[in-house]
Amino acid sequence: MEQATADLVARLQAGDEDAFAEVLAAWSPAMLRVARAHVSTQASAEEVVQDTWLAVITGLDGFEGRSSLRTWVFSILVNKAKTRGVKEGRTLPFSSVAPEDAGPTVDPSRFQGEGEPHPGGWRPDGAPRAWVPSPEDAAVAAEVRGLLAEAIDALPERQRVVITLRDVQGLTSAEVSEVLEISPENQRVLLHRARAKVRAALESYYRPAVQV
Amino acid sequence: MTAPLDCVEVVELVTSYLDGALDDATAERVREHLSLCDGCAEYVEQMRVTAGVVAAGVEEQLDPGVRDRLLSAFRDFHRKA
Repeated sequence: MEQATADLVARLQAGDEDAFAEVLAAWSPAMLRVARAHVSTQASAEEVVQDTWLAVITGLDGFEGRSSLRTWVFSILVNKAKTRGVKEGRTLPFSSVAPEDAGPTVDPSRFQGEGEPHPGGWRPDGAPRAWVPSPEDAAVAAEVRGLLAEAIDALPERQRVVITLRDVQGLTSAEVSEVLEISPENQRVLLHRARAKVRAALESYYRPAVQV
Repeated sequence: MTAPLDCVEVVELVTSYLDGALDDATAERVREHLSLCDGCAEYVEQMRVTAGVVAAGVEEQLDPGVRDRLLSAFRDFHRKA
């Protein structure tokens, strides 16, 4: 275990309430998103997250750090969410490739076709333009927050789960594969498609009238 | 010698490239393309920035009642122990 994680685990095992309040606040938003993709209602998702934390509280003493703490917590979450989803007649198959996971992620009309000077290259009006100021800029960040939330909501569920684990919760590719029991390649396909869509949403903020 | 990558191919390799998951030869072809193509370099940068800001769109917290119940459960569990 890396030191920061080992310290956190030690604090949690010792009953440090501040440490528990911290992880509860830091991880619950992503947990709610991941749970919500598996079950029918927001209330169900909340229950799954609550049950997960209860299992974490009672199971922490037995946590030996063979996986990272977040991998352990999110694995519990995904198992509980799947079980709940099945009871509600919902399944979210991660192992198969769905139609929404194939095809180009950038509008093909932005690239030159056969008979043009550079087939497969950006058209002059199709190439991405710099984002100024960057969405990382504090002032812009507040404005783009709603747009990001909308873009994430609009993603197919499996893509939403993967981008949440990778880019919101910061799990590594290997950790996501472990939690979802899918191959690293499969999770990367889902992540790529998810990021491409969110990127396109951000682009619309910078070029509202993009016509190609 | 393999043909240079087209932009339309590079945009589909970005996530694998950023993850360091491409084989060495393909990664080198992508790097070479990016050094010559402003459009793709910008695209890669935007995908990197996107990954970094996604978290700002996920803020919804647990219901405060649930949060309080969990904090009490944590406290009770350790009081007993």
